[in-house]
Amino acid sequence: MSAIALRRRRSASGSSALGLGVATLWLSVIVLLPLAAVVVRSLDDGTGTFWDAVTSRQALAALRFTLLVSLVCAAINAVTGTLIAWVLVRDRFPGKRVLNALIDLPFALPTIVAGITLMALYGSNSPVGIDIAFTQAAVLLALLFVTLPFVIRAVQPVLIELDREMEQAAISLGASNLTVFRRIILPNIVPAILSGAALAFARAVGEFGSVVLISGNIPLQTQVSSVYVFKLIESDAEISASAVSVVLLLVSLLVLIGIRLLGRFDPTHRRHDG
Amino acid sequence: MTVDRRWRIGLRVLGLGYLAALLLIPVSVIFYRTFEHGVTSVLDSITTPQAVSAFWLTIEVSVIAVVLNTVFGVVCALALARGRFRGKWLLDALIDLPFAVSPIVIGLSLVLVYGTNGWFGSALTNAGIQVIFSFPGIVLATIFVSLPFVVREVTPVLREIGDDQEQAAATLGASGWQTFWRITLPAIRWGIAYGVVLSTARAIGEFGAVSVVSGHISGETITLTLLVEQRFQNYDLSGAYAASALLAVIALATLLAMTTFNRRKEESEA
Repeated sequence: MSAIALRRRRSASGSSALGLGVATLWLSVIVLLPLAAVVVRSLDDGTGTFWDAVTSRQALAALRFTLLVSLVCAAINAVTGTLIAWVLVRDRFPGKRVLNALIDLPFALPTIVAGITLMALYGSNSPVGIDIAFTQAAVLLALLFVTLPFVIRAVQPVLIELDREMEQAAISLGASNLTVFRRIILPNIVPAILSGAALAFARAVGEFGSVVLISGNIPLQTQVSSVYVFKLIESDAEISASAVSVVLLLVSLLVLIGIRLLGRFDPTHRRHDG
Repeated sequence: MTVDRRWRIGLRVLGLGYLAALLLIPVSVIFYRTFEHGVTSVLDSITTPQAVSAFWLTIEVSVIAVVLNTVFGVVCALALARGRFRGKWLLDALIDLPFAVSPIVIGLSLVLVYGTNGWFGSALTNAGIQVIFSFPGIVLATIFVSLPFVVREVTPVLREIGDDQEQAAATLGASGWQTFWRITLPAIRWGIAYGVVLSTARAIGEFGAVSVVSGHISGETITLTLLVEQRFQNYDLSGAYAASALLAVIALATLLAMTTFNRRKEESEA
């Protein structure tokens, strides 16, 4: 090995080790240390207290509602997201490019503004006469708003890449539109739909800003876990708040792991691993 | 088109109808409600001392968070794309945590570390530094929530361009810094720009985590999003709408920047 190549290799590994150190330190101080504090605090008074906090009637009701409404939200997104992605990729109509850019608006718009926005249209002063404020439907609506882009943005690139010859062959062999969709398009985009829906689910479980106003925060009815934790923090019940947070953290971790596994088994998204 | 006209129109109506009911009409209603009573009342409402202080606080916090996250993001992306080390998958996976964790949990976690009863609470109190219910806490919360964006945008670009040119530069005797400034940075600049736009949007718009650590001190720790909520809770609807409209305009500007930078980024990847 020549001296230059050796020096290059040494300097490259030196700078990347420094970079790795900085990255790990930054992540630890900003993210991991605080999250560890939540786990530790939740167990300050032992596992019994932890269990009581997590299984109290209000905590359980909030958790059950949160998971259920997030699941429904993810399922609706899987359908509507796929449909909108298809329309944006395969259809042609004036204003499509503007609309395509607007899809990301829920990501750019602050969540509290999303909440106020939905309240203005579907709240007590509704100009269209639909008042669903402070109901479970309103929570679902808010979640659908903030999670709108996930499935669309996951499915769109796969649909663009999809080979059209297969579809044309199927059509020429007499397959109906529905058959083509079910047998050719769908199998190709299912991994993208699932990972988009999983991201939407994770986001929905933790969502706060858009639901805090429109939910009305009625215990046992429209109270979601994040708002419940917020109320616990406000009343200085740190241990209970931490315990419920740990459950939410576990849900997020499970979803993240699920998405990673999905990516591994997905033939259309070969990951570049160095 | 493989799909016949009837189906296509039907699907189009369904898809656009859903988008209209969920997204387009509500956002238009906010602008209509804001300007319903004329432009002057809106201007008055977003130039009150509270609103101006909230605006500048939001800008200061966002600038600090975005600059720090951009530096971290590029360093981390280089480590992920170029480095070879054990536990890389773990670092890669943990970067995404801020996306998946509830903002309320993020706020709580910061209180538990930096609050008066927190891990560093007594040390910070003795040193006379207040983090929670003060400016540093808001900055920490904002850094936390916007941490992954630059990493996630820059890493794939780095993988895509490969390290051939960097190796060539190093072989010709360029130092690590020279290679970074002359070769790597120009290649990833649109990826960075896109990540910065996404981070900024998230930083300006963060509500939940900031709400927990802010303490809601009027004129001091109220950001724009907190101002929206405060006005809404105080039945100052038109004030809340005006502040919301201001944030919505910022969001639309973000979208415009996203569309531009994303196209540049894809061109540079291609």
